[in-house]
Amino acid sequence: MTLALYVPRASLVHRLPAGAKLLCLAALAVALFLLPTLPAAAGALAGVLVVGLAVARLPPAVLARQARAVRWWLLALLVVHALTTDLRTGAHVALRLLALVLAAAVVTATTRVSEMVAVVERLCGPLRLVGVRPARIGLVVAMALRFIPVLVERADRIRAAQAARGGSPRGVRALRTTVAPLLVQVLQMAHDVSEALDARGADDDPPRRRRRPAPAEASP
Amino acid sequence: MRFRRPGTAGAPAAADVADPGRGIELRGVGHRYGERVVLDGIDLTLTEARVGVVGANGSGKSTFARLLNGLVVPTSGSVTVDGLDTRTQVRAVRRRVGFVFQDPDAQIVHPTVAEDVAYGLENQGVPPAERAARVAEVLERYGLAGHADHPAHLLSGGQKQLLAIAGVLVMRPARIVFDEPTTLLDLVNARRVAGLIAGLEQQVVVVTHQLDLLDGFDRVLVVDGGRVVEDASPGPAVAAYRALMAGR
Repeated sequence: MTLALYVPRASLVHRLPAGAKLLCLAALAVALFLLPTLPAAAGALAGVLVVGLAVARLPPAVLARQARAVRWWLLALLVVHALTTDLRTGAHVALRLLALVLAAAVVTATTRVSEMVAVVERLCGPLRLVGVRPARIGLVVAMALRFIPVLVERADRIRAAQAARGGSPRGVRALRTTVAPLLVQVLQMAHDVSEALDARGADDDPPRRRRRPAPAEASP
Repeated sequence: MRFRRPGTAGAPAAADVADPGRGIELRGVGHRYGERVVLDGIDLTLTEARVGVVGANGSGKSTFARLLNGLVVPTSGSVTVDGLDTRTQVRAVRRRVGFVFQDPDAQIVHPTVAEDVAYGLENQGVPPAERAARVAEVLERYGLAGHADHPAHLLSGGQKQLLAIAGVLVMRPARIVFDEPTTLLDLVNARRVAGLIAGLEQQVVVVTHQLDLLDGFDRVLVVDGGRVVEDASPGPAVAAYRALMAGR
């Protein structure tokens, strides 16, 4: 599982500031809803493909993966509209959604997480007035992207350990037997990560007194 | 005094001016968790380039390591690094003492390799251009240049540990503490990390269970029951540690 979708290339799209790309994405979404026609949706989709494949030089597989992820939604929209209105409207709605999904994929694949985080921090700048530190919000975003795959990996490891000992629980029991040990691991990891953040200079506050032993001291 | 390169990152405040000649000093250090005493009566001055710390599980060595950069504040006594007190000057101390954890997964906080290495520099306020140059240089040096934009969680265990070390080294600390840096690694990667540690210019303090990692060290401390029970060169210290463990 990967949430980091950045594809490094030396292209004009990659060099554009993250804020500009996000603004373009928002403008495209607004324009597609202000111009609700099939040619506009088809033109937007073609434009996104040109920008993504020719200008940004992304591998087609990157965009195909995103399209595959929403294919059933697109099909459902097409079918529902074909049954309730007409096929042309269904095609228009499906193409519009596909154009936006792929445009978002192009932005994601051409923008580093750190640039996205910088935009988030800029947008949160006014919150300084009420004592919020935008850098902390940016760090939270980055850490969420970093640790979701780690948690999925840990959950898989717990399930594998249970399976290795003959356990193959399903349903609610599976949830219970996985969630409890995962929660313990997450809390341990949260403690370790907070120490690592301290060690790397994230915390300007004085060090807190440890309330429980360091990991190696936890077990005799 | 064998350590060679004082820290260079950032401009210290007037009150945080370090005296590199003093090394790491522990005076009457004790630490307890509630009623449980983890460390007691530690008096040491560490100025050697390579210092090892060994001890059984629960002996207090990880807490000892965390004292050295202010992750843990002693409940009694004081710890100073180059004259800077970990209790009152912790930011300056952490700029001078890097810390590498046993599990790199807990230390890597950004999704991609280059971004994670840059993280500590951002905290130090290093300008973007210098940051990019230093990140590129350290990734090149540790064989991670080709992985700069890769998701960190897709790296191998050895690469993750190298990334964790790179994230500390890029901050150019004067001293580095390693808490069991090779415990989770296979033989090849453990040897690689050991070689990396051996080549560092900084003063290094390594907490480890892997005794061969201590070959060539200047000084080895054996910690047991919260006290330093042996303080010698690697040969006698490791022999004392083996004898201690054999009696259990």
